[in-house]
Amino acid sequence: MTTPVLSQTDIYALAGALLFCIGLYGLMIRPHLLHKVLALNIMSTGIFFVIVAVARRVPGQTPDPLPHAMVLTGIVVTVSATAFALALLKRIFTETGAVCLDDTGDVDE
Amino acid sequence: MTSMSDVFAAQLPALTVAVLIFAAPLAFLASARGARIIALVAAFVEVVAAGWLAASVAASGPIIYRIGGWGAPLGIDFRVDGLSAVMIALASVVGLAITVYAAGYFGSDERYTYFWPLWLFLWGSLVALFSSNDAFNLYVCLELVTISAVALVGIGGSKAALTAAMRYLLAAIAGSLFYLFGVAMLYAATGVLDLTALSQVATKSPTAQVGLVLAIVGLVVKTALVPIHFWLPPAHANAPSPISAVLSALVVKGSFFIALRLMFALSGGELAPGLPLMLGLMGATAIVWGSVQAFSQVRLKMLVAYSTVAQIGYLFVLFPLVDAASSHQQAATAVSAGIFHAVSHALAKSAMFLAAGAVLVRFGHDRIADLAGLVRTAPAAAFAFGIAGVSMLGLPPSGGFVSKWLYVSVALSSGAWWWAIPVLLGGLLAATYVFRVIAIFLRSPESADAQLCKVHPAVTWIPLLLAVASLLVGVLGQPVLDLLGPAALAMTAGVAP
Repeated sequence: MTTPVLSQTDIYALAGALLFCIGLYGLMIRPHLLHKVLALNIMSTGIFFVIVAVARRVPGQTPDPLPHAMVLTGIVVTVSATAFALALLKRIFTETGAVCLDDTGDVDE
Repeated sequence: MTSMSDVFAAQLPALTVAVLIFAAPLAFLASARGARIIALVAAFVEVVAAGWLAASVAASGPIIYRIGGWGAPLGIDFRVDGLSAVMIALASVVGLAITVYAAGYFGSDERYTYFWPLWLFLWGSLVALFSSNDAFNLYVCLELVTISAVALVGIGGSKAALTAAMRYLLAAIAGSLFYLFGVAMLYAATGVLDLTALSQVATKSPTAQVGLVLAIVGLVVKTALVPIHFWLPPAHANAPSPISAVLSALVVKGSFFIALRLMFALSGGELAPGLPLMLGLMGATAIVWGSVQAFSQVRLKMLVAYSTVAQIGYLFVLFPLVDAASSHQQAATAVSAGIFHAVSHALAKSAMFLAAGAVLVRFGHDRIADLAGLVRTAPAAAFAFGIAGVSMLGLPPSGGFVSKWLYVSVALSSGAWWWAIPVLLGGLLAATYVFRVIAIFLRSPESADAQLCKVHPAVTWIPLLLAVASLLVGVLGQPVLDLLGPAALAMTAGVAP
C-alpha cells in the first residue's frame, strides 16, 4: 500500500486556504457592502478550517486541543465583528440609501 | 525577601488593563455626566499605575504575569519589559490628556454619550496588547482595538464619518485575518504561541516562513504602511478630534508593536530574508509619499492625517537597520530609536490633532486657506501646532530630533548609510507642509469679523501641554532610553551578529 501524496489533514488545510482566497477575492472585487462582510466571514471560516487541520498535524496522535480553543474564540470574535459590521452597514443604508462605498464620498464633509 | 511593594508591582500588568476594562461597562451604564467622571477617575488611576509599572520595570527588569496562574504554554502570559512599559506609560499620558480634552470638547452633547465606554475599552485593549506575550491573545487584542476604534470613528453619524468607519473596518478586519492566518501557520510549524517560547524554537520550515510573512502583511495593513494606507486619512480626519488623536498617536502603534515583537521573536531577517529590506523600502516610500500628500491637502485634519502616513514610515526603517547592524549594541539602538520615535510622534501628533480640534470648534471649519491670522484668533492652538511641528521636523531639542539622530548614527556606523537619506529627507519634506500652514497662521486675516465660538479651557490648553511634552521628551528623554535599552538588547539577542 502506498502513502497518499496528500493526507486527509493536508486536504483540509488546503481547502481552508482556498476558502480564504475566495473570500479575499470577494472582498476586493464585490462593491456591495453585504458581499464584503460575507467575504470576510468566508475568509475567517477558511482560517478556522486550517486551524482545525493543524490540531491533527501529527498523524495517529490524539488531536491537540489548543487549536480547538483558538477556533472557538475566533468564532466568538467573528460573530461580534460581523454583528458590528452589519449594524454599521444598516446605519449607512438608512443615512445615505447607499449599499456601496463610493471612491470620493468620504474625503470632504 | 520580597517586600509588599514587590508583591504589588507583580500585579500591576493586570491592574493597568483591569482599571480601564472595568471602568468601560460602568461608564456605559452611567449617565452622561457619570460616565465622564468615571473616565476621569480611571484615567488618573491608570497614569499612577502605569508610572509605577514603568518604575518597577526600570528597577528590577521585566515583569511576567501569568493570567489565572496557568502559565505558558497552555495559559496566556503578560510580559511587561522596558518596551511595553514605555508604550503603556505613553498610552497613559496621552490617554489622560485626551480624556480631559474630550470632557471639554464633547461637553453634554448627547450624540457622544457612548464615547466614554468605547474610549475606555479601546485604551484598555491597547494596554493589553502592549503587555500580551501570546500570539493568539494578540489577535484578540487587535480585534478589540479595531472594533472600538471603528465605532469611535463613526460615532458622529455623518455620511463621511460612517463611510470612513466602514472602509476602516473592512481593511482592519482583513488585516487581522491575515495575522490570524499567519499565527495558525506558525503554530503548525512550532506548536507554541508564547512569543518567548517561539524565540527559542529555531525553525526555518517553509510553513513558518509563510506564517511570518502572512502575519506581517496583516499588521502592515493595520498600521497603514504605504501602499496600503488608503483607509487611514479619511478615518483619522473624519473622526471627532480627540478620537483622531488616539488613532494616530496610539492605535497604529499597536499593530506596529506586534510586528516588532514577532519579527524579532522569529529572527525575521533569517527566517524570511528580504522581509526587513522590503519593510524598510515601504517605510522610506511612506516618508516621501505621505509628506507630498500632506503638502497638497486643503483641510488641516487631512494634512495632519497624511503626516501620520509619513511618520509611520520612520518606524519601519528600524527593520533594515537592525539587519545591517554590525554589533549587538547597534541593533538595540535601532530598536530604541524606533520606539522613541513612536513616543515623540505620539505626543506631537496628538497635540496637532487636538489643536486642529480647537480650530474646528473656534471657526467651525478647518480649511487651511481660511485660517489666516490664527496666531491672534486662536494663539494656543497655533503655538501648539508650531511646537509639535518642530518635533515632526526633527529639529533639536525635540523628541523627533533624538530618534532621527539615533537612526542616522546607526546607519552611518553600520555602513548602511543610505538609510540616513530617507530619514533626513523626511525632515525637509515635513518642513514644507508644516511651514506652509504656519505661514498662513502668521498672515493677517482678510476679514476681521469672522464668527468665533467660545472654546473650553481644556480644549485650548491640552494641545499646548502635549506639544511642550513632545519637546521636553527630547531634553529629558534619558530615563525613557534607559528603560528601552536593556529590553532592546534582550529583544535583538537572537538576530544580532
